Amino acid sequence: MSNIFPKSANKLPLQIILYLVVLGGVVTAGATYYMTPKYTRVGYAPVQPVPYSHALHAGQLGIDCRYCHSNIEKSGVANLPTAQTCMNCHNQVKKDSPLLAVVRQSYETGEAVPWVKIHQTPDYVYFNHAIHVNRGVSCVECHGKINEMDVVAHAKPLSMGFCLDCHRDPASHVREKADIYNLDSPTIAEKSGFAAAHQFLTDRNIKPPQSCSGCHR
Amino acid sequence: MAHAETAASPAILDEVKPAVLARPDLVDHDRSFSWITEKICGIIEGKTPAWWWWCFGVACFVASFTVAGITYLVATGVGVWGHRNPVNWGWPIVNFVFWIGIGHAGTLISAILCLLRQKWRTSINRAAEAMTIFAVVCAGIFPVFHVGRVWYAWFLFPIPNSNYIWQNFRSPLEWDVFAVSTYGTVSVLFWYVGMIPDLATLRDRFQAAGNKTRSWLYGFFAMGWRGSSRHWSNYEMAYLILAGIATPLVLSVHTIVSFDFAVSLIPGWHTTIFPPYFVAGAIFSGFGMVLTLMLPLRAIYHLEDLITQYHIDCMCKITLATGTIVGYAYAMEFFIAWYSANPYEGFTFINRAFGPYAWAYWIMISCNVITPQFFWFKKVRENTTMVWVLSIFVNVGMWFERFVIICTSLTRDYLPSSWGNMSPTIVDIFTFFGTFGVFSVLFLLFIRFLPLMAMAEIKAVTPRADPHAGHDGHSAH
Repeated sequence: MSNIFPKSANKLPLQIILYLVVLGGVVTAGATYYMTPKYTRVGYAPVQPVPYSHALHAGQLGIDCRYCHSNIEKSGVANLPTAQTCMNCHNQVKKDSPLLAVVRQSYETGEAVPWVKIHQTPDYVYFNHAIHVNRGVSCVECHGKINEMDVVAHAKPLSMGFCLDCHRDPASHVREKADIYNLDSPTIAEKSGFAAAHQFLTDRNIKPPQSCSGCHR
Repeated sequence: MAHAETAASPAILDEVKPAVLARPDLVDHDRSFSWITEKICGIIEGKTPAWWWWCFGVACFVASFTVAGITYLVATGVGVWGHRNPVNWGWPIVNFVFWIGIGHAGTLISAILCLLRQKWRTSINRAAEAMTIFAVVCAGIFPVFHVGRVWYAWFLFPIPNSNYIWQNFRSPLEWDVFAVSTYGTVSVLFWYVGMIPDLATLRDRFQAAGNKTRSWLYGFFAMGWRGSSRHWSNYEMAYLILAGIATPLVLSVHTIVSFDFAVSLIPGWHTTIFPPYFVAGAIFSGFGMVLTLMLPLRAIYHLEDLITQYHIDCMCKITLATGTIVGYAYAMEFFIAWYSANPYEGFTFINRAFGPYAWAYWIMISCNVITPQFFWFKKVRENTTMVWVLSIFVNVGMWFERFVIICTSLTRDYLPSSWGNMSPTIVDIFTFFGTFGVFSVLFLLFIRFLPLMAMAEIKAVTPRADPHAGHDGHSAH
C-alpha cells in the first residue's frame, strides 16, 4: 500500500477548517466593503459639460434649490434647469466666459445641455420626488451636502436598505417645511427631540410604506 | 391446590417456542469474500463495455435538452415556460416534487433499514444512495430556475445584503430550501462515508495492477483507510450517527415539500393528510426507481447472487405497501371532501376525477393504485421483466400524481373568474425530458467508476460470515 498521505496530513482537517474560516471572513469582509452601493455608487462624480459649482451658487450665493430645480415640489420627477434659467443671470454675469459656451449654445439652439445623470433610481422602483420634499424629507437626506460640492458627487448609497432606513424610522430624518431646502439645518429630532418628531409625523399622517408594492408597483 | 391448578390448565406450555423460520440467504451459491471483491471491482477494472458508451452517448444527448432549455430560459425569461395565471407552478414544480420524491428510497434504505437491521439493504444501498443524490441534483434544477432571475437565487438564503431583503421564515417554500439542502448534504456524506472502505480496496487493487493515477485517486478519497480495528470502530460509529441524522430526514423532507401545498388555502391542497401521504408516495416512487435501475444492472453484470429473488421480493413488498397507503390516501381525500361538507373541497375532487384533467387523474390511479397490487402475487414478483415494467408504471404514475395535484387545484379554485387551464410549452417538455439524461449521465459515471455495491458490508451478511456456519446445518449448501 502506498503512502499517499504523509504524516503531516493528520493536521490537514484543522488547517482546512482554519483556511475556510479565514477565507470566509475575507470574502465576507471584501464583499461587504467592495460590492455594496456604499462603495460602488458613493463618490461617483462624472465630469459635466459645464463646470457648474453648487458650492458657489447654492452655498456662497445662497440661491434656493427651487430657483433652478423648479418643479421638484410639484412633479414626481426632479427637473434640471433649462439654459434660459442660467441665462437669467449669465446674460449679464460672465456673459463671455468660455466655460459657459455650452450654455449659450443651448440657449440659442434649444438643444439641452448634455448633463450626466448621477442619481438614478432603477426602472422597477417607483420614486416620487415631490411627495418626499413636501412631507419633510430634505434634499440633504438623499443628495448630501450639495451646497458644499464644487463637483456633484453621489453622496449616499441609495440602496434599498438606504430607503428602508428612513421608511422604517422617519422620525430621525424629517425636517420642518422651512428647513427642507436649507441643507445645513438640523432635523426636528435634533432640534426639538423625538417627541416633537413623532408629533410631526402624527399631525401629517406620515406613514412611509414598507411593503414591496409601496415602491415596486 | 397447586396440583389442581396444573391439572386444570394442561394446555398452557411452560415455554413458548415459536417455529424458527429459515431466513433466506442474502448471497446465493455460498459465494466467497474474494468472489464478491472480484465481482464488484471487476466492473470498474474491466474494459469499458460498448453498451456503456452507447448509453453514455444517448444520455449526454438527452441531457443536452435540459442544458439547451435552461440556456434558452435564462437568455429569454421564464415566460418560455408554460406557467401562466392561474397555474404559476406548472411543470417545473411538478418535476421538482417528482425528482425529490424519487430520492427518498435512498435515504430510507440507507438510514431506516440500517437502524432496523434489515440486512438485505446491503446489496442495494450504494446504488440507491447514488440515485438519491442524482435525483436531488435533477430536482434542484427546477426551483432554482423557477425563481425567474437565477442570478438572484441567493436571495433564498438568509445573507445580509444592502437591499435589506430577508426571507419569510413563515413560508414553507423557505423551509424547503433548508430541507432539501440538508437532505442533499447528508445524503452525500452518508454515501461517501459508506464508500471509504471500498475505495481503499480499489486503491490497493489498482496499486497492485500498477495503475498509479487511479490508485492515487481512489487512495485520496479513501483518506488513508487501513482497515485497522480502530478505523472500523470509528467508521461504524460515524455510519450509525449519520444513519441517526438521516432517519428524520426521510420523513421531514417530503413532509415539508407537502407543506408547500398543505399550508396554502387552495382546495385540494389544504389537508392534514398531505405529509404522510407525500412521504408514502415518495418512498413508493423511490422504490419504483430503484427497481427500474437495479434490475437491468443485475441482468447486465450478472449480479443474481448478490441481488437475489429475496431482495426483489422485499422491494416489491415495500412498493406494494407504500402504493396501497397512497391508494388509501386518495380514497381518504375523497371521503374527507364529502365528510367536511365543504363545497369547494367537494367540487375540487369531483373535478379531479371527472373534470378537464380526468385523463391525468385516471392515469395516476391506474399506475399508483392498481399497478402495485400485482405484487401480491409471487409469480409476478419472480418475473423480473414484469417487475421492471410495473416499476416504470410506478414512475409514470407518481409524476402524474404531482401534475394532478398542482394543475387541478390551481386551474379550478374558489372563483370561476380566475379559472384557467395549463399546458406546457416545448421548452417545459424538453427541459424535463433532459433531466432523465442528466440523471443517466451521472448514474452511468457512477457504475463505471465507483463500487456499485457495498462490498465490505455484503461480506458481513454472507452465509460464510456467520460464525455458526456449518454447525447448525443451516447453511450447508
